Amino acid sequence: MAVKTATGAAATVPSGAAAPAKRGFWAWLNRRMPIEEFVATQLTGYYAPKNFNLWYFFGSLAGLVLVLQLLSGIYLTMFYKVGEATSFDSVEYIMREVNYGWLIRYLHTTGASAFFIVVYLHMYRALLYGSYRAPRELLWLLGMAVYLALMAEAFMGYVLPWGNMSFWGAQVIVNLFGTIPGIGPGLVEWIRGDYGIADATLNRFFALHVALLPLALLLLVMLHLVALRQSGSNNPDGIEIKEKLGPDGHPLDGVPFHPYYTVKDVVGVGVFGILFSIILFFVPTFGGLFLETPNFEPANPLSTPEHIAPVWYFTPYYAMLRAVPDQRAGALLMLAAIAVFFFVPWLDRSPVKSIRYKGWMSRTGLALFTVAFVALGYLGMQPAEGLYVMLARIFTAIYFLFFLLMPFYTRLEPVKQPPARVIYHAH
Amino acid sequence: MADQAVVADDAVDLSRRKFLTRATIAGGAVGAVFAAVPFIESWAPSERARAQGAPTELDLAKLDAGQMTTTVWRRQPIYVVRRTPDMVARIAGHDAELKDPQSEHSEQPAYAKNPDRSRSAEYLVLIGTCTHLGCLPKQRFAKGELYPSWPGGFFCPCHGSRFDLAGRVFDGSPASINLRVPPYSYPNPRTLLVGVDEKGAA
Repeated sequence: MAVKTATGAAATVPSGAAAPAKRGFWAWLNRRMPIEEFVATQLTGYYAPKNFNLWYFFGSLAGLVLVLQLLSGIYLTMFYKVGEATSFDSVEYIMREVNYGWLIRYLHTTGASAFFIVVYLHMYRALLYGSYRAPRELLWLLGMAVYLALMAEAFMGYVLPWGNMSFWGAQVIVNLFGTIPGIGPGLVEWIRGDYGIADATLNRFFALHVALLPLALLLLVMLHLVALRQSGSNNPDGIEIKEKLGPDGHPLDGVPFHPYYTVKDVVGVGVFGILFSIILFFVPTFGGLFLETPNFEPANPLSTPEHIAPVWYFTPYYAMLRAVPDQRAGALLMLAAIAVFFFVPWLDRSPVKSIRYKGWMSRTGLALFTVAFVALGYLGMQPAEGLYVMLARIFTAIYFLFFLLMPFYTRLEPVKQPPARVIYHAH
Repeated sequence: MADQAVVADDAVDLSRRKFLTRATIAGGAVGAVFAAVPFIESWAPSERARAQGAPTELDLAKLDAGQMTTTVWRRQPIYVVRRTPDMVARIAGHDAELKDPQSEHSEQPAYAKNPDRSRSAEYLVLIGTCTHLGCLPKQRFAKGELYPSWPGGFFCPCHGSRFDLAGRVFDGSPASINLRVPPYSYPNPRTLLVGVDEKGAA
C-alpha cells in the first residue's frame, strides 16, 4: 500500500501480501511469526494520549517490579528449603552464606513492598482521572483481580521464611476463614492441612507462591494489557482521544507508544531504580516496615509476638478488622473494604471522568478517602486499644462513605465542562 | 442411513447440534467435578497429621495451686490452670459484663457448660487460642492487674480480647465467644487426658 507523504513522495508501508517477498532471516522469521506486525500494531502503532503526567509511570513500573520479583524469586528457590524444620535456617543460610544471597533476598523483600507502592499509586491514578469509567470497566476489574492475586501472593510469601510473624500472621489470616458460618472450622482445617498452622500449610503455600499465583498474575496482567489495548489509555483530562482523529486516522492528541512513552518510561525506571537501590542497600528492613522484627526469630506456636501486625500494605484493612468488636463482622467489613473497589465503575455517576472537572464534593471525598486510607494504614500497625480503635472506626466510616455516597455526590455537584482536546503544554 | 441421505449437504440440524453441544458440556462438567475431588481431598489433614493428633496426657501432680501450664494437643496450646478457691470465687459476680456468661453460644463439651466451665472447679482446661483470630491470650490472674475492677483472667495482646478465670469473654472484646474447652477426662485423679472423654477420642 502506498500513501502520499507531506512532500508528495510515495512512501511504502509494509503490508503482508502486496509487498514483494523479502529475503533474509528477518523476513523468514516474520513470515512465521508476526513480530514486525506486533511492533507496528502494539508499540509504534499504538497511540497513547500525549498529555500523560507523572501518575502514568506506575503501570510500567509495576511491570518492571513483576519481572524483578520473578527473577529474584526463582533464584531464592535455588537456595530455600521449604519445611517446618528447614525454612527458617535456609533463609538465614541465604542471608549469611550464599554469595550475594542477601542481595537476592533483599531484592525480593524490597520488591514486594515496591510492588504495592507502585500498584497503590497506579490505582490511585485511576481514581483521580476516572480511568475505571466506561469503556474501561473491565480493564479496572482485571486490574483489581491482579491486586487480589498480588495480595494472596504477598501473604503466602510472607509465611515462607517461617519466622514467628510468618507463623502468627498465617494463623490470624487463615482463621479469618473460620468466621464463615457453618463451613468455617472445616474450611480452616482444609486450608491448613493439619490441626494448626503446620508443615503441610507451609508446603502448600510455597507451591501456591512460586507456581500457581505467579502464573495467575502473569495471565491476569496480560489480560489487563489486552483490555487496555482495546479501550486505549485514559488521560488526566478524562476525555476520549479516539473521538478526534487526524487525516491519518490516528488520534490528534495521541502519540505512538514507542518511542515516545518507552523513552519516558525509561526515565521513570531510572528514578525508581535510584529510590529502590537506596532502600535495598541502606534500609532494607525500612525500620521494621518492609521486614518486621519478630520475623527474625523462628516460628513458635507457643509464643505470640507481643503485637501482631501485617506488613504495611495490609494494615489499612487490618485496622478495619480490629475496629469491630465481633470477629465475623470484622472479617466481613475487611472483605467489603476490598470488594467495594470492584463496584467503583458503577458507583461513579459523574458526567465527567477526571477530578480536574469534577466538583468540590468529589474532590473533598477523594481527599478524605486518601487521609482515611493512610491513617488506617498507620492505625493497623498500632496496638488495638483506646483512642486507636476509636480513630480506626471513624476512618473506616469515612472510607466506606466515600464509596457508598459516590452515586449521590457525583450527580449532585456542579461540574466543569472538559475541553474538546487534551490540555497539553509543549516542553 | 437411507433417510439421512436425502438431507442436503449444507443443511444443518441445529437442534441436534445444540443438544449434542449441551450434553457434551454437561458431561464434561460432571467429569471435571469428579476429577477435582482427589485434588481437593489432598488438602485435608493427612494420615500422619491425624495420627499426630492423638490424645495428650498431663501429670497434674506437677501443677501447684494458682499455677498454669501449657501442653500441646493437635498443635494447639492447651492451658491447664489449677485454680485456688479464691480464683474460683472470682469467677462469680461479673456476669453482667460478659458476652456469654452461660456459655450458650460457645464451644465446649456438655460437662464444661457450667459457670466455672470445667469438670471440677479446681482445674480449668482451655484451648489456648483466642476465639477472635487465634493468638495466645496471656495470663493476667491477679485481681486488678488490668484495671481496678479486673477480676483476673486472660488478656489477648493481639487485639485486646479479655476473658475471666473461666475463659468467658468480656463485653467490648473483639472475640465473640468464650475460650474453647477441649474434650478431656481424668483416667485417674492425678492425670489429665486431653482429647478423650466418655464419648471416645475426638
